[in-house]
Amino acid sequence: MRMSLLWLIVALPLAAFLAIVLGGRALPRAAVSAIGTAATGGAAIAAAFTAYEFSQLVQPAEGITQQLWTWIDVAGFTAQVALYLDPLSLVMVLAVTVVSFLILLYSTRFMAGDEGYGRFFAYMNLFVAMMLLLVLADNLLLLYLAWEGVGLCSYLLISFWQHQAANVKAGRKAFLVTRIGDTALAVGILLLFTHLGTLNIREALDLAGGAAFAGSALPAAALLILAGAAGKSAQLPLSIWLPDAMAGPTPVSALIHAATMAAAGVYLIARMLPIFQLAPVVMALVAVVGAATMLYGAFSAMVQRDLKRVLAYSTISQLGYMFIALGVGAAGAAIFHFIAHALSKSLLFLAAGAVALALHHQTDIFKMGGLRRAMPLAFWSFLIGAASLSALPLLTSGFFSKELILLGALSSGGPGGVALYAAGLIGSILTAVYIFRALFIVFMGRRKQEPEPVRGAALALALAVLAVLVVAASVIQLPPGWLPWPGVVEFVSQVYRAPAEGAEHQALSVAAVLPSVAAILGLAAAYVLFVRKPLLAFGLAASPWGGPVRRFWLSGWQLDALYDRLFVQPFVAAARAVRREWIDVLYTGIAAVAKLLHRILSVSQSGRLRWYWAGFVIGTIVLLAIVVMTWS
Amino acid sequence: MVLTWLIAIPMLGALAALALRHNGRGARAAALGAMVAELVLASWLWWSWGNAAIVPLPGGAWLEVFQHSWIPMIGASFLLAVDGLSLLMVLLTALIGAMSVLSAWRARVRRAGVFYFLLLWMLGAAVGIFLAMDLLLLYVFWEMMIIPLYFLIALWGGSGGPAAATKTFIFTQVSGLFMLVSSIGLVIWSGAGSFDYFSLIGVSAQLPSHIALWLMLGFLAAMAIKLPVVGVHTWLVDAHQQAPINGAVDLSGLVIKVGAYGLIRFLVPLFPDAAADFATVGRVLAVAGILYGGVMAFAQSDLKRLAAYITISHMGFVLLAVFVWNELALQGAVVLIISSALGAAGLFVMAGIVHARTGRRDLANLGGLWRTMPRLGGLSMALAMAAMGLPMLASFVGEILVLAGTLKVSVTFTALAAGGFVISVIYAPWLIQKVFQGKPTVDEDVVTGADDLSRRELAMLAAAVAVLVWLGVYPHSVLDTSAPAVRAIQQAGQPTHLKNAPPGPVRFNLEERP
Repeated sequence: MRMSLLWLIVALPLAAFLAIVLGGRALPRAAVSAIGTAATGGAAIAAAFTAYEFSQLVQPAEGITQQLWTWIDVAGFTAQVALYLDPLSLVMVLAVTVVSFLILLYSTRFMAGDEGYGRFFAYMNLFVAMMLLLVLADNLLLLYLAWEGVGLCSYLLISFWQHQAANVKAGRKAFLVTRIGDTALAVGILLLFTHLGTLNIREALDLAGGAAFAGSALPAAALLILAGAAGKSAQLPLSIWLPDAMAGPTPVSALIHAATMAAAGVYLIARMLPIFQLAPVVMALVAVVGAATMLYGAFSAMVQRDLKRVLAYSTISQLGYMFIALGVGAAGAAIFHFIAHALSKSLLFLAAGAVALALHHQTDIFKMGGLRRAMPLAFWSFLIGAASLSALPLLTSGFFSKELILLGALSSGGPGGVALYAAGLIGSILTAVYIFRALFIVFMGRRKQEPEPVRGAALALALAVLAVLVVAASVIQLPPGWLPWPGVVEFVSQVYRAPAEGAEHQALSVAAVLPSVAAILGLAAAYVLFVRKPLLAFGLAASPWGGPVRRFWLSGWQLDALYDRLFVQPFVAAARAVRREWIDVLYTGIAAVAKLLHRILSVSQSGRLRWYWAGFVIGTIVLLAIVVMTWS
Repeated sequence: MVLTWLIAIPMLGALAALALRHNGRGARAAALGAMVAELVLASWLWWSWGNAAIVPLPGGAWLEVFQHSWIPMIGASFLLAVDGLSLLMVLLTALIGAMSVLSAWRARVRRAGVFYFLLLWMLGAAVGIFLAMDLLLLYVFWEMMIIPLYFLIALWGGSGGPAAATKTFIFTQVSGLFMLVSSIGLVIWSGAGSFDYFSLIGVSAQLPSHIALWLMLGFLAAMAIKLPVVGVHTWLVDAHQQAPINGAVDLSGLVIKVGAYGLIRFLVPLFPDAAADFATVGRVLAVAGILYGGVMAFAQSDLKRLAAYITISHMGFVLLAVFVWNELALQGAVVLIISSALGAAGLFVMAGIVHARTGRRDLANLGGLWRTMPRLGGLSMALAMAAMGLPMLASFVGEILVLAGTLKVSVTFTALAAGGFVISVIYAPWLIQKVFQGKPTVDEDVVTGADDLSRRELAMLAAAVAVLVWLGVYPHSVLDTSAPAVRAIQQAGQPTHLKNAPPGPVRFNLEERP
């Protein structure tokens, strides 16, 4: 069966980008809004239609390829511009288009009145197009194209308000840090090509187990791919760009965190999972990186003052969960958690954006408070998002996905599995603490700044739909037998020949209940610390050991300072040192010597006959002496 | 005969401009007309010839050859030939040449007739370099390109023009002399008795290896200076800095990389074994150029110097391809030569426009121009992306092919060259920030919205960006043309010990690894 509309999913947002860029100032704002949202909405419809067609397939696991044209074909280095749809990419496409559409809809209100309105929608659509191309790419080079495209768009959008140097700096930082990962990925892709002779993803995965790929090349390739994924998904040690990425407008943060950039790394590893399974050490490293990053993000999120930074560290932490899932082979759970997180995090960001609109772009949570009654929609949205994020039992999609991840970690076996599970539990407590801390401080208590009413049907609609989706999305993965159709985890897992080890549902065992307990514990702790006994929280923060720890977490564990000293300062110093172009000294030196000789010789051209005569006589004597000496 | 016309059209245009020297508008119209005619002719040849080789001669997939006797007593003839590679270079020269004339269109050039005469004479000589297949004729064109450049920089350049022009002249003159000496040496030692390229291919294998090495080094020095390779690159930076602000000279004389072409066409096919022996040093120089150029680009404060270092960094990839010498890398180099020339041309035009509008070219005094000049900002952003080698733009195709080719030979050099990817993301967004973002530093009544690109400027920059995007998305427009030529050249340049072996499968070629 031909997936007739598949190419449209990428082409529509791309066309919107081109239309808005080429239209320039001639395009009125209404047209920009229409084109900018309709294209992604159209992509979502095309995706839904494609999903219907896909559901009619006999062998969905095989996937469907749509060839467009030959991009590069040189001496066996062949990359088509071709789209590949299988259960994994289908799920990603649906999630990305729906969430992006709602964010764009919201943006028509949020960005209204901005001087760069058209530019904003152009970049956003390019961002969405690149992300869709990324998940649909049939070969690694096309995937890399989209991968870089996503990185570029993040740079353009983070530095969107570009007449403030700080924003541009944040954008450049994101670009550079992720590009380090990208470069590793590029080399990894080339390494795979050199050994397997193909860039096509399925061929590569099929061939990877073969004899041609002996030795250290496969773990090396897997490691390089992991580095790429860690860059885009803000995992340690490349996590530092994401907290600064909030310099962009709030919808940009929502898009980066929920639907596009940050998810790219998760998708990449899920896609290349068979390669990782052949390199167990790197596979374990994925889980370790995930666990470390998860705790790193959660601890940092607990002390942030800036609402968007709380959410940023939260994203880092939640992506860590996805990496844990990938590292234990539970790719289906990782993708499910991606969906749950995409919905809840975009909802949280959009609610935070509504708050920012009402408070003149105030983002410090300690200058907010008591907004519950004034902004009921934002409050309820934030509450639903927070509940899902912290995996409060039942009703929220986050609950189901996080539980799957933890059980997957536990069933991966051994002390490692137990350690991952334990780390996940700690993370669960922390998640509930940090997100409800933000919720309580912003929406409860005394009102500190009077909010302006925020109107706009688009904004309200986007929030409401997302809130419903956060709850409804749990339908896609309920315990087996509850629903007639297979859950998303089983659907995605068809992609893998060797079935990925998913979590077996251990009905109501202790291990299955503990995550819920942890979340409730965290919620209770947050309630005590930030509503009932706020003095206790302040006391902790002011205590002699609490202060330094708080500052350490607040700074993101001093990673920025560390990298600044390790990399940035030496590079700048080196650039400053070579700026004078020392190589040129050689040539100016030659010129100087030539000038010196010229001066010496020109002295001899004095015009005095006596000197010439003396020189002539001395020369003759020397010559004669040489002749006599050599003859004798 | 049509090959002669390709050289003659710019030169006739040059003479017409000189004849119209009392009429500046006439001179520039003649110049533009000549370059447009050249572009049309070259495009037509590209279109009509296809890429099927029809002249069975070694060292290329020849589409057309023209020979006329010149100095028979020493075996030199007026020998021109074109294959896909040369044809692409001629097309590029015509395109950049037209841009070059256009970039000075409104600049009120002093003594316009002489200016355009020199400019077009230089372009004609560049076309000659790409077509000449007689080493002595090649030398003549090589010299012919240098002298106009000297006068253009010395007489129309900035305050440091004469000094920079002298420096440029000495460097490039030395490069020409090296080439001449090596050519004569090759002809005499090999006993070929003729300067023509076709009969000189393969003769170096009979030479003692140390002589072949020295002759190869002579050619390498010539091409390396012109490319430029790091170490002999300083003249280029000064030349760009002091070239006339309208950018015409930057484009026509410096952006078109005859050195890169020479490395591929002459250096390795004439001295396959010596080049293979020298490969490690060459790769080190290449990687050093990529990284050093990148760091230096970041360290610059002058817009044009910055752009010059970007091209030096990109040329490192071309040099790497030459010393890797497989089809993948060489095809990448071809794309890179084109994309780098177009990208650099765009950046120099941008620098010229910024300089003309604000009177400044120093990054420290610029900033925030996007607000008043969004079109220039957007197109410059696209050019910066090309400099970074972002996919969807031609430079990515070139760089990834070079890296893929390099990885077949060495992991280390691939990893080091890939470092260029990272450094480019330091300097290119830095450049954009310093000129277009941040707080506006130029008064908004000095540079107003009306100062954004004129239609002529928009057309020039948009054309450059459009070609870059097109080749990034569909590079086979170029790759198909160059493929037969590159394959033949690659075969000719194989070192002897590989030549007799049957061409191994590309896919599982692990034996090539050191």
